[in-house]
Amino acid sequence: MAALQLEKQRGRSAALAIAAVVIVLGIPLWWKTTETYRAWLPFSEISELDSLQLQLSVDIEVVFSRGTLTPEQQKRFPHSHVNEKEHQVDAKTGLRYKYETRYRTATIMEEDALNQPTAAEADLSLHMLSESSCGSVVVYVIPGSSTLLPEDVKVYVGQRRTALLRSPPFKSSWNLKEVLSNLEMDVEQVVSTMSFAHQDIVAALSDRVRMTKVTKESMTDSMRAIKSSPGYEITFSLLNPDPKSHSLHWDIEGAVQSYIQPLLNKLAPIANFSVDSQILYYAVLGVNPRFDNSVSAYTLSADSLSHVINPVEARLGSNAASSNPVLNFLLYVPDAHHSPLFIRDHGKREVPSNAFHSPRWGGIMVYNVNEMYGPETERPVDININMSKVMGVFLAQLRLMLGVQHTHPPTGFVLQSPGSAGLSDWELDRLLWSRSVENIATASTTITSLAQLLDQIGNIVINDNIAQQVSSAVTSLQSAVAELEAGNLAFALQYSREAILASERAFFDPSLLHLLYFPDDQKFAIYIPLFLPMCVPIVLSLLKIVSEAKKRRADKQAKSD
Amino acid sequence: MAAHRSGLSLVCILFFSSLAHPSNCDTLEKANDNKAEKLSISEVNTNGGVAGEDLNERQWLSTDVEVDKSDGSKNSETLTPAPAKDQFQEELVIRPLHSGDIYASFQFRTLWDTDFLREGQKVSHYRLFPKSLGQVLSKFSVRELHISFTQGFWRTMQWGQPFIPSPPGAELWVWFHDTVSDVDGNWKELTNVLSGIFCASLNFIDLTNTVQPSASFKPLGLGNATDHRFLRYATLPREIVCTENLTPWKKLLPCGSKAGLAVLLKSEKLFHSSFHSQAVHIRPVCQDERCTSKAWELRQTLNVVFDLYTSGQGKKEWSLFKMFSRTLTEACPLASSSKVYVDITDNPEGELFELSPATPLLSQAVVLGDRRTYSVFDLSRAETFGQLRSLNLLLRWKGDSGDMLRPLLHAERYVAGFGLQTGEIHTVIYNNHPYRAFPVLLMDSVPWYLQLYIHTLTVTSKSRDNKPSYIQYQPAKDRHRPHLLEMLIQLPPHSMTEVTVQFERALLKWTEYTPDPNHGFYVGSSVVSALVPSMVAMSTNFTQDQPLFSSFVPVKEESSYFVRVYTEPLLVNLPTPDFSMPYNVICLTCTVVAVGYGSFYNLLTRTFQVDEPSPPLSKRLANLIRRMRGVPLLA
Repeated sequence: MAALQLEKQRGRSAALAIAAVVIVLGIPLWWKTTETYRAWLPFSEISELDSLQLQLSVDIEVVFSRGTLTPEQQKRFPHSHVNEKEHQVDAKTGLRYKYETRYRTATIMEEDALNQPTAAEADLSLHMLSESSCGSVVVYVIPGSSTLLPEDVKVYVGQRRTALLRSPPFKSSWNLKEVLSNLEMDVEQVVSTMSFAHQDIVAALSDRVRMTKVTKESMTDSMRAIKSSPGYEITFSLLNPDPKSHSLHWDIEGAVQSYIQPLLNKLAPIANFSVDSQILYYAVLGVNPRFDNSVSAYTLSADSLSHVINPVEARLGSNAASSNPVLNFLLYVPDAHHSPLFIRDHGKREVPSNAFHSPRWGGIMVYNVNEMYGPETERPVDININMSKVMGVFLAQLRLMLGVQHTHPPTGFVLQSPGSAGLSDWELDRLLWSRSVENIATASTTITSLAQLLDQIGNIVINDNIAQQVSSAVTSLQSAVAELEAGNLAFALQYSREAILASERAFFDPSLLHLLYFPDDQKFAIYIPLFLPMCVPIVLSLLKIVSEAKKRRADKQAKSD
Repeated sequence: MAAHRSGLSLVCILFFSSLAHPSNCDTLEKANDNKAEKLSISEVNTNGGVAGEDLNERQWLSTDVEVDKSDGSKNSETLTPAPAKDQFQEELVIRPLHSGDIYASFQFRTLWDTDFLREGQKVSHYRLFPKSLGQVLSKFSVRELHISFTQGFWRTMQWGQPFIPSPPGAELWVWFHDTVSDVDGNWKELTNVLSGIFCASLNFIDLTNTVQPSASFKPLGLGNATDHRFLRYATLPREIVCTENLTPWKKLLPCGSKAGLAVLLKSEKLFHSSFHSQAVHIRPVCQDERCTSKAWELRQTLNVVFDLYTSGQGKKEWSLFKMFSRTLTEACPLASSSKVYVDITDNPEGELFELSPATPLLSQAVVLGDRRTYSVFDLSRAETFGQLRSLNLLLRWKGDSGDMLRPLLHAERYVAGFGLQTGEIHTVIYNNHPYRAFPVLLMDSVPWYLQLYIHTLTVTSKSRDNKPSYIQYQPAKDRHRPHLLEMLIQLPPHSMTEVTVQFERALLKWTEYTPDPNHGFYVGSSVVSALVPSMVAMSTNFTQDQPLFSSFVPVKEESSYFVRVYTEPLLVNLPTPDFSMPYNVICLTCTVVAVGYGSFYNLLTRTFQVDEPSPPLSKRLANLIRRMRGVPLLA
């Protein structure tokens, strides 16, 4: 009997040993061999980026020219003053604006410059004196009696980064603090015009933040501007639906050189631009314009504009050689039977420019040529297109698309038009501010959603190159945030561009899509022939051992009772 | 967590994914869908799903600009413009074939006096030249590009030589500029971009089907490039050509399909034919006679053969309307010349067929070694269209046509042998010239999975060994590059030359099989290129104003003309496994392991106990008998 007991004990321990081997050796081995390769990702740093605290620092220099301050006030002159504002945009995103204002009196050379007859000349000569750094603002306070500005103008914003501010009437009895606080409101207005306004920054954060809190106006502004991207393709297309009647000639090459290129040169730090043009024949609009007897012309109403483009768009084509977003500018010359053609806006008024634009897509201008030839002219008529008229419209549309917003200046402000450069320095700064913030917001959202995705789906293989892209995106993002905090706008933009590039490359890497989906039923269909016969005896014998042990204990208990 | 881990299921997934059908535009669309999906994912992810709705509904806003009207008057008078730097020509040749079929060949040529590859200057303003192709040329530094899509096989023996030959499926050959450093990278990217432009599966071109022929494909345009490192040649014999390839091709034309000859290109008729081939050829050519500067030529050709029985309902009566279900009403207003030619060489007196409307204009051209006469209809002249203002050419056969002259050069190819292990490729080249021998260049590109035994290569003509004067053979590397065999063979007059080579069929990895492996694997056409002795003097003056169809291949000497003949593509069966095999193997192995394991486990955990051995049978029998007898039992 003892031998039998011993034999039973041996069987039991063999079953236990096999179960132990399966659990200790088999399962880890299977685990190891079927593991997907997942490189290490900086998850903790990414989760830090998830809650973003951005600080934007602006250097402001307020220069008092002669005659604005009494000598008494000049004596107790503070050198600098830091003003901070905090906004919590949503639970995870906070903004802090740090305005570092330095006060000083004008140098003799600046005084000379300010003595120029007109504001524009003063602006130019001030610019010659010192080059202010990207993102900074210089405000010259000039005496209230100055003839530099017309009577009703309070502030003049120049082509560079300087503004002239007519000093409000100070009482000489005021102490300096009162003077400065009196000035502060005006300076703040100047700064929000020349560098950034809160709503622009919030609009730039639209990738991260739900739009509910943003006003409608800034929303349309931000929607109109094309998304930030490392490069853009600008395509000018001349649509000639009637080559039988019109033989159109446009000097697009020269026009691009003289009108568009200066603007693009200015914008070079933001993105790479490439410009091309084409002529499309027999390209017709998608809507038949209605003939209006009252003006004896064809009209397109604003409501039907959305249908106009669809048939044309198929022929525009995308750039075969790059994947950057395309901005289309179409010049439509209506055919002889549908001329002239005018566009009516929502208020049924004619649009003077005869042009319209669509956010993030581009613009169209209708160019009527019917007046340029008589009815019995031999067809086709050679027509030269007046490019300065066309390019004026396209340039305005391009500025809208690129997000050089039409700032509505507060009353009493005069904005110097950018002139031949197409873009003032401070407009560029505005763009840099909002683009940097937008890039940071986009890149951080991309990275966090990528990390979330990779965390959730354990099957995705993470290769080393993706890990590298992610970490470089994270470091670039951190540097961009740091540079923004330090007020180095140009560097901040550059880092944010790098971050966005790296993050997009990681997000769209094709290797992430490999073997993403393993249907569970198929997995088990393959495992069952092996697992079922192996596990059933082990589980059964374990169950048996357990039940026997229980029984024995019960017996023992009964015996002891 | 354990549910996510699966190594074995990888095998299964691969199997299922290999079932996805990689044909034609399906995949392209799929790829695009993927991309769109991917993009939309990112949009949702990055936008938090906010902006989506507003963007779909495009907002159109009027643009407020201060318009200066001051200088409007200055420019508004019509000016005589500078002469255009680009010109466009269109042409249709109709050749009635002796078989009763009809051959229509469209050629559209855009000539542009510019240089895409000039240093430092980017060409980015397009007028007649399509922008998409121009961008491709300048981005990838392409010197010459030839791409063709063909459905059906050109029957040389019945139809004679085509104006521009092309092999069945897709063919692409590109000469890159010699400043390109990474030719393979450029080639890969170029094929992907072109597959997007033409909506074709050119993205299946990779190093395993790309070759660099050393002699067969010389540049057709300007420049004497001889370094074949900058040449890439690939064919996809399996490519199916259909409407989705025609539409982007038509979009490259300046007039689209709205005016001119292109109104005839309706896909429902074009693809209801026995042969359809469309091609794009881009090359640099001379700008003028003295050839001082370069111009770029884009030639779009479309060849179609309508069958007597399926399209012509058996009646030997053809008209433009019957062929294309359209008639011509105008020339493309942008074209500097727009002409229709009808080949009437065999019909000088009108005894074979009747052509209406009659045209007094005749033109003679030397094409493919033969002097041909054509009736010309000039679409740029109003009288061509008559009173109906539409031109519907009518061709009515009167009697039975005589026999066609056999083409001087002809080639065919087939696979011989039995079983699934070895085989033999036969290429037969005919020289039908009664008394002249001439050399031909034979180029064969064979995929790596047919392992050629090059020592079995034999060339025989008139049952005598014919030693090729030049052989270039580049052996294949498994999964990396195909075989390339080029030979210069002298064809004796009036002879048949047979080239044979044996091969062994390789066993592929099971993921390398196409979705329908039992259909077989295609091997691209061989290419026979030759300078064939001409019956008449060829015109060597390239810049003379001659019809487009006769001016494609430059003629260097008067006594011969260049011909390229493509053979049939081959369809070879490879040994094909049963594709449920991996799962069966997994199941079987698992079962065997489980059975072995089961008995082992059973053996180990069983409780053994000593049993009283039962007495042997003889003893029991003896005891039974003893009991019956009443004798004491045995112990």
